[in-house]
Amino acid sequence: MSISLQETRVSFRQGTDSLLRRRLLHSRVFRVVCLLLTYSSLGILGILMGSVFWSSLSRLAPDFLSNHYSMNPVRCGILAGIWGSFWLVMLTAAFSIPIGVGSAVYLEEMASDTWLVRLIRINLSNLAGVPSIVYGILGLSAFRPLMLSLQTVFDGTRVVNVMGLFRVRILHLEIFDGSVLIGAMTMSLVILPIVIIASQEALRAIPSSIRVASLALGATRWQTIWRQVIPAALPGIATGVILAVSRAIGEAAPIMMIGVLTVASMCPGGIETPLQMLQDPTRLIAVPFDQFTAMPVEIYDWSKQPDPQDRFTAVAAAGIVVLLLVLLLINAAAMIVRARAGRNTQW
Amino acid sequence: MIRCNGVGVTGNLLCLFSVMLFTTGCSVESVDNAGGDGGGGAVAPAVGSGVRRIQVDGSSTVAKVAAAVQEEFEGRFADTKVALKVTGSGTGFKEMIAGRIDVANASRGVKESELADCAANGIELLELRIALDGLTVCVNAENDWVEAVTVGQLNRIWAAGSEVKTWKDVDAAWPDEPLALFGPGEESGTFDFFTEEINGEEDSITENYSASADDNVTITGIAGEKGGMGFFGYAYFYANQDKVKALKISATDDPADAVAPTSETVKSGEYAPLSRPLFIYVKKESLKKPEVQDYVRFFLTDGQKMVGDVGYVPLDDAELKTAQEALEAAISEVTAAE
Repeated sequence: MSISLQETRVSFRQGTDSLLRRRLLHSRVFRVVCLLLTYSSLGILGILMGSVFWSSLSRLAPDFLSNHYSMNPVRCGILAGIWGSFWLVMLTAAFSIPIGVGSAVYLEEMASDTWLVRLIRINLSNLAGVPSIVYGILGLSAFRPLMLSLQTVFDGTRVVNVMGLFRVRILHLEIFDGSVLIGAMTMSLVILPIVIIASQEALRAIPSSIRVASLALGATRWQTIWRQVIPAALPGIATGVILAVSRAIGEAAPIMMIGVLTVASMCPGGIETPLQMLQDPTRLIAVPFDQFTAMPVEIYDWSKQPDPQDRFTAVAAAGIVVLLLVLLLINAAAMIVRARAGRNTQW
Repeated sequence: MIRCNGVGVTGNLLCLFSVMLFTTGCSVESVDNAGGDGGGGAVAPAVGSGVRRIQVDGSSTVAKVAAAVQEEFEGRFADTKVALKVTGSGTGFKEMIAGRIDVANASRGVKESELADCAANGIELLELRIALDGLTVCVNAENDWVEAVTVGQLNRIWAAGSEVKTWKDVDAAWPDEPLALFGPGEESGTFDFFTEEINGEEDSITENYSASADDNVTITGIAGEKGGMGFFGYAYFYANQDKVKALKISATDDPADAVAPTSETVKSGEYAPLSRPLFIYVKKESLKKPEVQDYVRFFLTDGQKMVGDVGYVPLDDAELKTAQEALEAAISEVTAAE
């Protein structure tokens, strides 16, 4: 077979069919153009990363991670942003993973093909394309008043009377405007469509023979989904979820809309080191209701700061490097999850 | 279709129980009404961080000082944090009216209507002058044809319905360079003050200008257009002297009378009519909190050094003393009432 192929090639080269030769030439040119395009975009990316890294060098030091915002670029740090982004992403994941994966399982495995389900499916991809600022406006007008009105319940003067049997005093919480919880609810809206679509695709990739076999062996639909389909789809779902979470870390617009802090020297719940979490766990209760800032918001603010010697540019660049490192770490985690989950699947 | 029956009886019972709880059993009462064994009437302390907060919102002009003061203040007072938002004087007062903040920064005096809204919500304000500012009109650094403008010329450029398109339209001696106007928007105290002084009526301004709540955006705009022009608080010019050029302003029709904005001319009032005081408005109720007392006291003592550092004019000793006395009087008033 291979010999005959080579022979054909030779005959193409030597042949008199000019049309064929021209086509071969075209395909070769096309290949080179594609290569150039690919490598040039890689090159541009490399130049960008290199220049960001280069200009960050003067501020990239350990104290950049442990300092707060400062008007003095030499002292300015990203601590509040790191903690803010951490809690924001944790809560966002806590909201969007169960809802997103649950919706995907319902849409793929359970829902019958009615017009409503079709409408939802079509609109999911539309929702994924909606600019994130729109969700920010939604968060501002829907979640913010909702959360602020909760303050009247959690003001420390109320008790719940449970069926006349006993009374439970409701916690006194300080619910701040622009809290982590409002941010996380808004951010969940931004990434939910992505989580759902990615999970749907992962579920769709599972061959239906697996489901049929499981059902044929007497498993219920619940058992089939929980023990066969979801474990098999886990690597795909995890990839989608982690991509979505990476997006949540990088988004500034929706949380700026809900009134996040920019000049911030405070971490949610006053937790500035992981040790404080262990020493005083009650602080964790305050975290969701506390004010915060996030890494992209701080970077945006620094990049606008006027400074004749461009020292704030270095601060912004250092912030970008930290943000990229966090993203790389998350993606590494995704790869590990994928490898682990994939190993356990044996059909 | 196969149905999932795994939930079973327990699940149904749980469901029933929770429905009962929510419909009949549970009721939320206030401690005062509950009486007896349930509550002692006292408010439980807030669960949480143990970090004391001061909520500040308002003018971007004042924010230049406030951010510097905040940093020094937080270094001095452990476990006290200032949540500073930078929006605009108008937004600051709105937040104050809504009762969400302790201190409103403002680059203009409070309006009658805002005071009335505050009073309607039971909020009393303490007005404190913290600095003097020369509202600065700037042009592109490469602009070599203009050093001084008169108020009349500014009015022709910025008035509502202005027909001026190029610099030549304002003064025949100037080149045919298109005018590009930048400035803060309606929520800004600087906007209110400028429109009042230059156009004679608050909020009246030409449609042909780019408004931004962020003064750094205004500066970028001016720096990017050779015919650019804009206005903001002096501290923003002070930090960007390499990018923009400040104009001398003449209150009369004669450009020879023009005065440049400097700390001396702002202090003496020679830089007219754009010299103005900057304020912080403190919610009197908040002065019961020791951290707010500390913060405002700090603003009126060590904070005055930062006022000079960022480019504004600190209060003179007599004014400072008046402000400090007003503060102490207000503090003893609210704490005595308790």
